[in-house]
Amino acid sequence: MVEPRVITFREAVLEALFLEMHADPNVMLIGEDVGAAGGVFKQTEGLFKTFGATRIIDTPISEPGAFGMAIGAAMAGARPVFEVMFGDFMTLCMDQLVNQAAKVRYMSNGRASVPLVLRTTMGTGANLGPQHSQGFYAWAAHVPGLKVVVPSNPADAAGLMRAAIRDDDPVLFFEDRMLYTAKGAVEADIPLVPIGKARVLREGRDITLIGIGRMAQFALDAAKRLAADGIEAEVIDPRTLVPLDQEALLQSVRKTHRAIVIDGAPRSYGVTGEIASIINEDAFDWLDAPVMRLGAADTPVPISRTLEPLWRPDAARIEKAVWTLLS
Amino acid sequence: MKQTTRKAAAPGRPEKYPPDWLGMHRMMLLIRHFEESVRSLATAGAVPGLVHLCAGQEATNVGVIAALAKGDMIASHHRGHGHCLAKGANVFSLLAEILGKDAGLCGGRSGSMHFIDLDNGNLGTNGIVGGGIPLAAGAALAARARGGNEVFVCFFGDGALNQGLLHECMNMTAIWNLPVVFVCENNGFGEFTAIDDVTAGPSIVARGEVFGIPSKMIDGMDVRTVFTTTQRAVARARAGKGPSFIVCNTWRFGGHHVGDKQDYKMDAETKRWLARDPIPKSGKRLIAEGLTTAAKLKTLEAQITTQVRDAVDRVRNAPEAAATRLAEHVYG
Repeated sequence: MVEPRVITFREAVLEALFLEMHADPNVMLIGEDVGAAGGVFKQTEGLFKTFGATRIIDTPISEPGAFGMAIGAAMAGARPVFEVMFGDFMTLCMDQLVNQAAKVRYMSNGRASVPLVLRTTMGTGANLGPQHSQGFYAWAAHVPGLKVVVPSNPADAAGLMRAAIRDDDPVLFFEDRMLYTAKGAVEADIPLVPIGKARVLREGRDITLIGIGRMAQFALDAAKRLAADGIEAEVIDPRTLVPLDQEALLQSVRKTHRAIVIDGAPRSYGVTGEIASIINEDAFDWLDAPVMRLGAADTPVPISRTLEPLWRPDAARIEKAVWTLLS
Repeated sequence: MKQTTRKAAAPGRPEKYPPDWLGMHRMMLLIRHFEESVRSLATAGAVPGLVHLCAGQEATNVGVIAALAKGDMIASHHRGHGHCLAKGANVFSLLAEILGKDAGLCGGRSGSMHFIDLDNGNLGTNGIVGGGIPLAAGAALAARARGGNEVFVCFFGDGALNQGLLHECMNMTAIWNLPVVFVCENNGFGEFTAIDDVTAGPSIVARGEVFGIPSKMIDGMDVRTVFTTTQRAVARARAGKGPSFIVCNTWRFGGHHVGDKQDYKMDAETKRWLARDPIPKSGKRLIAEGLTTAAKLKTLEAQITTQVRDAVDRVRNAPEAAATRLAEHVYG
């Protein structure tokens, strides 16, 4: 183990990319403005200078074709990291993602695979509006053959990015832009974080708060406020939605007997419903109250400075929900 | 097939080897007999799902693939049995796959339309029109990154001419000078719709020219024309000069799929194209050139008939996929 430093989420993921690109010449980065420009959020800065234009590919604005090419490259031995600048633009890649990437292993009876990472950003808080805020991880999680990663902190993000690049299946990696400047301790050698393992961010006995991505950070904030009132909330970050570490979630609920699932995407037909169902099916006898779901509004994301903050859960709303469930 | 095991020429050098016209003829015959057997099996209800036959288009399948070297890859489309065979797929494994049998190369999961055969450099047939185009273009990108000199062929039908994917990939392969050959097998119909009814612009080749890609329309019923044109495109690609676009005018002798009544085809047109069948044309030329005799071709056809019939008999008796295999290979 090497001494941890405190670095940002963005720096941590960038370090992971450098590490994996040095370790494996088959790793490529493909996307819009990822090369000489260093990424629209500076999330790929320096890679182009180090690895050059054959491994860092600046594409035209042609998401379907460029992503399809990343899939072909992966089938032919490369390990591409494909960047979709805004998660909303993933819709342009859906055919390639759903009909090609997700199915190649199955259709080939395990004789071919698509070792690829689709990396994209999402999240509200910068007033980017209806077409530049969405995170479609629930859609992706509904397609067998795809793995889905939604990290909440720098160390997990970096360790999971390394694991995603080494994974032999297509992995979708969702980064909340509002976390890019969040800081955390990251060991210098960036330990791998296994895909499919949840993390208990805070232990507690009274209620389980399951937060997806940035919502896990809001849940931690809420837990701190609740502690002042004597409520000890356990906060769990599933970290990966597919595969989902069901046992870690169930274990916590069996201890606390209450759960709230918190998501920053529209609530209907989303991740919260899936996780709540798993708890209901497998831990019903341990529950003292119905599993509660907190999600974003079932509306597009508004751009207005007054409306946008109302769109999704935050620490205050999580805290309020806890009191409701406990009463 | 001999040509699938040939080594690639050094980068920058044109490909130099004697064309194996007889081998190409043999492969066209095999494809024709294979497709006729699949038609019979499908009509008898033995094939699960839809099946799209390429009888009539053998010259484009074989002429293009014969111009490739070992290590070169193709991406096929939904009418792809001919590509699979020409690229080296085993007759039994392909037929078993089409019938959804456990012994099929893809375990009966893929069938006709999703057959993937990487060992033979085949990125797969594809159920999405145009779906294979970026796969081959992307494989070329990967090859460039690792310093390889392989060439990649995207096969697609005229139906894919109006897919955005094609234009995006033509643009990208052109700006990056990737070793790709775009091959449009223009059989005149996208499903049941005539290409002329849904395609704007003065010519199909203009679709490549607009990206600065050398583009040519050729007789896709003549295996030799297809071969020599592809050979030049392959040499260009291997020399690092970038992509080419070849439009092969051809005709599917059957419908869009087995069972299609083909009301949309005109009798006179059908007759005209049937008279241009690439197989008798190639046979006559081989005899005229003294490369074979009518008797030898007859023997060859009898051998192929037996080869395909044996495969059909074996496949009929092959076991179905076991229930325990449903959830295999979703993830690695």
